[in-house]
Amino acid sequence: MRFLITAVVAYAAYLILTIGSGTVALWSKEELIVGAIFAVIAGALLRNRFIGKDLRMLNPRRWFTFLVYLFPFFLAMAKANIDVAYRVITGRINPAIVKINPNLKNDMSVTMLATSITLTPGTLSVDVEPKTNELYVHWINVDPEILKDMPRDYHPICGSFPDWARRITG
Amino acid sequence: MINWLPTLIAVAVCIIIIMVRVFIGPGAPTRLVAFDTANTLVVAGLVVAAIMFNHAIFVDVAIVYALLSFAMTLYVAKYIQGDKF
Amino acid sequence: METLNTVSYVFIGIGLFFNFVGAIGLHRFPDVYTRLHAATKCTTFGSIFLILAVIVQSAGIWAREGTISQSVICIHSVVALVALLVTNATGAHAMARAAHRSGEKPARAVVDDLANRKERE
Repeated sequence: MRFLITAVVAYAAYLILTIGSGTVALWSKEELIVGAIFAVIAGALLRNRFIGKDLRMLNPRRWFTFLVYLFPFFLAMAKANIDVAYRVITGRINPAIVKINPNLKNDMSVTMLATSITLTPGTLSVDVEPKTNELYVHWINVDPEILKDMPRDYHPICGSFPDWARRITG
Repeated sequence: MINWLPTLIAVAVCIIIIMVRVFIGPGAPTRLVAFDTANTLVVAGLVVAAIMFNHAIFVDVAIVYALLSFAMTLYVAKYIQGDKF
Repeated sequence: METLNTVSYVFIGIGLFFNFVGAIGLHRFPDVYTRLHAATKCTTFGSIFLILAVIVQSAGIWAREGTISQSVICIHSVVALVALLVTNATGAHAMARAAHRSGEKPARAVVDDLANRKERE
């Protein structure tokens, strides 16, 4: 099963990179054969590395949720860019590094949340606490209300992204 | 048909502005940040050059450049934070 | 044809605007972290729009004339786009962590939880 998935992904990557090389529906015969051989080799060598022990992401519902997630993500990205452009022009910043605890369970959702909040409004992930999955976030325009109590509320900082991360990879 | 030359020149001007920061920037982390930004713009410029000269090989160069510059960024970041290799 | 050209010009305009904002932001912000904000977000977004303009143009020529080289440019640009999106965000994370571990202080910062953690240890 693992071998099959790795080989299919490797073959698809090879086909995308050699598109337009010949006549058999955009590919030449030689590229198709060589690609199949290399896909089998890659699948045999890398099957334990590519998927690992965690088979959770094989569920197609998570991939569908990921595709739906791209739309709010892109909107937030546009908003973030307009925000940064405003701050570049006016020079109005009020930064801080705050610790948030988004209650995520596994590594993959932490990775996804860190990547998402780096590209979305006002936040940049700086460091992570490996045991408790707490994130240190550089926040460009702090709200003094949030800074008063110590376990900080993460909703005004990163919005609904922890929920999305939990839904997709949790 | 779009004339792509002004776009390419504008990207080059951006890269020059960033290169000023690479030369004057205080400290290694600032220089690394500016250099990584310049790498991103080089990738975008290569893709624009591909359609301007109608050579598809430029896009392949851009993909490899993006991945190699990512590896460079990771290694220099590891060096700056003082890890052993 | 006309519509495709208009869409491409709009994409090029947005892309160049945000690239310039990112380049100027590197000079106007005071320290590494705020510069990373400008650099990562703006140049990623701007480059995405520049590459999208290229994709729209080459897809238009591919659909109209059926040239093979345009199809190669179109598909490979999508791959370059995905590579840029993934590597930029991860690289920003690595650079921010390296800057903090090398002792770079956030300028004008109100609170710094990460520095407090290191003092406690």
